[in-house]
Amino acid sequence: MSVSTERTISVTVNGVSRETTVPVRRLLSDALRHDLQLTGTHVGCEHGVCGACTVLVDGTPVRSCLVLAVQVDGKAVTTVEGLARDDGRGGEVLHPVQEAFRECHALQCGFCTPGFLMTMAAGLEARDRTTDITEDEVDEIVGGNLCRCTGYANIKKACRHAAGLMKDGDGA
Amino acid sequence: MTTKLMGEPVRRREDLRLITGRGRYTDDIGHGALAAAFVRSPYAHARITGIDVDAALDVDGVVAIYTYEDLVGPMAEPLPVLIPHPQLTAPRTGYPLARDVVQHVGEAVVMVVATDRYVAEDVCDRIAVAYEELPVVVGVDAAREAVHAVHEDVPDNVAARHHQETGDVEAALAASTHTLSFTQYIERSACMPMEGKGVHAVWNRDDSSLRVHTSTQASTSVRAAIAAKLQLSLEKVEVVAPDVGGGFGVKIVHPWPEELLVPMAAIALGQPVHWAEDRREHFISSAHERQQRQEITVGYDDGGRVTALDVRGWHDNGAYTPYGIIVPIVTATQLVGPYAIPVYRVRIDSVYTNTVIVTPYRGAGRPQGCYAMERTMDRIAQDLGLDRAEVRRRNLIGKDEFPYDHHLTFQDGRPVIYDSGDYEGLLDKLIALVGWDRAEERRAEAASRGKQLGIGMAMYVEGTGPGPYEGGHVQVLGSGKVLVSTGLTSQGQGHETAFAQIVAHELGVPIEDVEVTTGDTRRFGYAVGTFASRAAVMSGNAIALAARGVRAKALRIAAEVLEADVDDLEIDEGVVQVKGTPGTAIPLRTVAVLSNPLRYAFDEAARQATQFAGPGDDSKPPVAVGDAPGLEHVDYYSPIRSTFASGAHAAVVEIDPTTWEIEVVDYAVVHDCGNIVNPMIVEGQVHGGVAQGVGGALYERMAYDADGQLQNASFMDFLMPYASEVPDVVIDHQETPSPLNPLGLKGAGEAGVIPGTACIASAIEDAVGRRIAAMPISPTELYDLVRSPDAERVPAATTGVPA
Ligand code: FES
Ligand code: FES
Repeated sequence: MSVSTERTISVTVNGVSRETTVPVRRLLSDALRHDLQLTGTHVGCEHGVCGACTVLVDGTPVRSCLVLAVQVDGKAVTTVEGLARDDGRGGEVLHPVQEAFRECHALQCGFCTPGFLMTMAAGLEARDRTTDITEDEVDEIVGGNLCRCTGYANIKKACRHAAGLMKDGDGA
Repeated sequence: MTTKLMGEPVRRREDLRLITGRGRYTDDIGHGALAAAFVRSPYAHARITGIDVDAALDVDGVVAIYTYEDLVGPMAEPLPVLIPHPQLTAPRTGYPLARDVVQHVGEAVVMVVATDRYVAEDVCDRIAVAYEELPVVVGVDAAREAVHAVHEDVPDNVAARHHQETGDVEAALAASTHTLSFTQYIERSACMPMEGKGVHAVWNRDDSSLRVHTSTQASTSVRAAIAAKLQLSLEKVEVVAPDVGGGFGVKIVHPWPEELLVPMAAIALGQPVHWAEDRREHFISSAHERQQRQEITVGYDDGGRVTALDVRGWHDNGAYTPYGIIVPIVTATQLVGPYAIPVYRVRIDSVYTNTVIVTPYRGAGRPQGCYAMERTMDRIAQDLGLDRAEVRRRNLIGKDEFPYDHHLTFQDGRPVIYDSGDYEGLLDKLIALVGWDRAEERRAEAASRGKQLGIGMAMYVEGTGPGPYEGGHVQVLGSGKVLVSTGLTSQGQGHETAFAQIVAHELGVPIEDVEVTTGDTRRFGYAVGTFASRAAVMSGNAIALAARGVRAKALRIAAEVLEADVDDLEIDEGVVQVKGTPGTAIPLRTVAVLSNPLRYAFDEAARQATQFAGPGDDSKPPVAVGDAPGLEHVDYYSPIRSTFASGAHAAVVEIDPTTWEIEVVDYAVVHDCGNIVNPMIVEGQVHGGVAQGVGGALYERMAYDADGQLQNASFMDFLMPYASEVPDVVIDHQETPSPLNPLGLKGAGEAGVIPGTACIASAIEDAVGRRIAAMPISPTELYDLVRSPDAERVPAATTGVPA
C-alpha cells in the first residue's frame, strides 16, 4: 500500500540546480535535511513558531517546516550552508551576519542559529543600508524566532553589528 | 609571552561550524537509517486492554513493531531509579514500553521501525490500542488529598518525605517576638531546549559492537545503562553526545526509553535505527519541573532578624521518580540562601501525579527555594514597615563567617557548608546597579505616564560543582597539537573554548594548537555528566590538573635534553626554554616525540625518537621504571563538597492598569561565580538564565486539565519568551574565589534563572499593592486579583535605607 505519490522537482539550492524526487507530502525542511543532506537547516517545532527552519525562497525568509518540497519547484532556495561566499581560492567569506554572530557571542548551542542568520541576512539586505539601524528595526528582524539559550541580548547586538558591517560595505 | 587567556573573553571555537551549517546534531547523523516512531498513551491513567497491530502490518515500509511483550531480560524490568535515597520510600519508574498501565499522557506504548519517519507515523496511526480509563490525579493538592492513587500500591501518593531540621523549630517559633504564616504556589515549566531528544544507533555485526549517538547530558552513564539493559559488555558500547541543541537539565535524565529501545532495534534488525523527538513528544514524554505548594511559618524579632523558619512543602514529581528526590532536596537545602537562619526545619513531600515526570530544569529546585525565602523576607519587611533591602541585609551571613555551616545535607550527600562569599557586597552592588533608592521617584514618574511601577529583589546562594568527580586527559602530539578530552558533555556552554583556555594557560601553548573533545566515551570513559553548574568547576579543574601533569613531564624530559634544572625551565608559546636564555630551548612537540621511544619511523618527527637516532644511555631502559611513553596525563578532580556561588537580582516592572500587561523594564544582576575563565561566556549564561527566569515568572506554565491532558503542548500555546519579552539586563560581577578547587571556580550555568520568579513577584506586588502568592502570573490573573475583594492588600513599600 502506498499512501503517497511522488513528484520530481527542480530547485536551485545555494546556487546549484538540483533535481530530486520527493513524495508530495514531504516538507521542505525534511527534503533539505534528508533528501539533499543539507542538515544546517534545523527543525525545532515543525509548526511554524520557532523559526529555526527558516530558509530563503527566492530571497524571502520562509519557514521550511510549513512548506511542501513540491511548492518550491522551479524556485531558488538558500540555506545556511549557502550564506557564506566562495572566496575563489577554495575558502569562504562569511556573510556579515555570520561574522557578527561570532563576534558578539550570539549563539550558544547553535540550534536556533541558522534560522536567525537567514532571517537577519534577508532583513538587513532588504533595508536601506545608508542609514543606521534603529532599535525598532532590530526588534522586527530578531523578534520572530525563538532561542532558549542566549536571552536574545547578544543576538540583538549581532544584528546591530552586522548592520554596521553592511553599511560599511563589507561583504554580501 | 603567551597571551593571557584565563579571564579573557576569548571568542568561541565552536562557532564557525555552527554558523555555517556544519554542526552535527544527533538528527544530522546517519543518513538513510531506519526511523523509529512511537504510539504514546492518549490517556493520563489507563489500563491497556489490547494492542492490535494487524492493520499496520501491510503498510509499505514497515520493518518492525515492538510492544512490552517483545522486551526481554532487563529490558522487561522497570527503568532504573537513578538516584536512590533512604527517604524515597516508594520509588516508581516506568518500563521502556508500557506494561499494563499507563501513568501519563505521552507514555510510550508501541515502538514502530520503518523505512522513514513518515511511514513510521503511518504505521503508528494504524495501531489500535484499547484502554480502560482509570481515575486521574493532577496537581499537588489532588495528590495530597489522595482520593485516587496514581500507583495502586502507593495509596497516599507520597513517593518520599524529605525532612531536615537544624534545631527545635517549634520552641524557637514559640519564643519569637513575631511570627507569620502563609501559603504560596509555583507552577510547572520545562527546559524546552530548541533541539528535542534524539538517538541514533548502529550495530556492527562483524565485531558485535554498538555505537550510539544521543542528545544527552551524560554519555558515559547512558553507555553503562545501555550495556546493563541490553546485556552487552561495556567495551562493546560507545556513546557519543555530538553537538547538542540545548539541555537545561532534561537531557541529564537517562536512560530515556528511546535510548534503550532504538539500540535494541538496531541490534535486532542489524541496521542503523534513528529517532528524533518531535516537539509534541517533548512536551508530553520528556520532563517538566517547578510545581510546589509551600506553607511557610517564620519567626523574627523587632529588627526583622529571622529567629526560626519552618517550611512545609509538597512537590509534584509527576508519574515516576527516575531522578529520585534531587529537586525537593535542592529546594530544601538551598532555600536558606545567603541568610543565617538560627533554627530551620523543612519537610517536603514528593507526590505522584498522572503527569510527565519532574526532573531538574536549570535551577533544579532552587528557584522554588529562593521564592520561598525571598518572599518571606518581603513579608517581614512589610510587616515591620522596613525597607526590603534592609531586612535582607540584617539577615545576611557576614563576610567573615566563612566557611559557614548550615548543618544541612546537600544533594550530593555532603554538608551544606558555604566555602566563600560576600553577600553584603552583592547587596550593595545591586542597590547601586538598579537604583533601589530612587524607586519612589521612578514610581511617581511612571504614575504620571499612567503606569504602576514596582521594584523587587531577590538573593540566592547556589551550590555548584557537586562531585563525585570528573576527569581530563591532555596529550601533546609530535605535531605540536594538544588533544584534550573530558567525559562530561556540552550543550552550548562553550566548553571547547573554556577548556582550551585553561590548557593553553596551564601548559603555555597557543590556544590554536588545543583541540577539545567532550562527551565521547571513545575518548574518555569516566564521567558523571553536565548538571548542577558543574562543568567548569569539575572538568575545568580536572583538565587543569592533567595539563599540570603534562607540563611536569615535559619539563623533566626537556631538562635532560637541555641539561638544565627543571626549576630553571618555562614553557611559552609551545617552546620549553631556560628562563632568561631564549636560545636554550626545545619545542614542546619535540619533547612529545622524545617521550615515546620508537623502533619505527614513519615521518620526520618520529625519526628523532628511533633507536639509532642519537647516543642513548645504555645503562637505562628506554622507558624508565614507573614511567610511561607519550607526553600525556590523565587526572581527576573530586571535590570534598560543592562550592557555593551567589548573586542578587532586581526587577523593575511597569503595569498598565487598563490591560494589566506586565512589562519588566529593568533587570539588574550581580553575580559571583568565583574566578571566571571567560567572562563573555559567563555573561551569556546569565542572559539566557534571566530569559528563562522571566519566562517562568510571567509566561510559561504547563496547563494540565483535570483529565491530565496537557492543553498547551506546542510552542503556539506554551509561551516561551521571544526577544520582545526579555528585558535588557545589566550585570555587575563580584569574584570571591572558591578555596576548594585549584582554579578557584564556582559554577555559573544556572544562576541566571534562580531569582527570577521571586524578584518579579516582589516587583508586581510592590506595583499593585496586592499579595502575589502564586506564580507565574498572567495579565488576566493580575486583573482578577486586583478586582477581587478578597485579595490581601500589601502595605506600601519602604525603599531606601531608613534614617
Ligand atoms: S521548525 Fe519550522 S518554525 Fe519551528
Ligand atoms: S543558541 Fe541554543 S537555542 Fe539559540
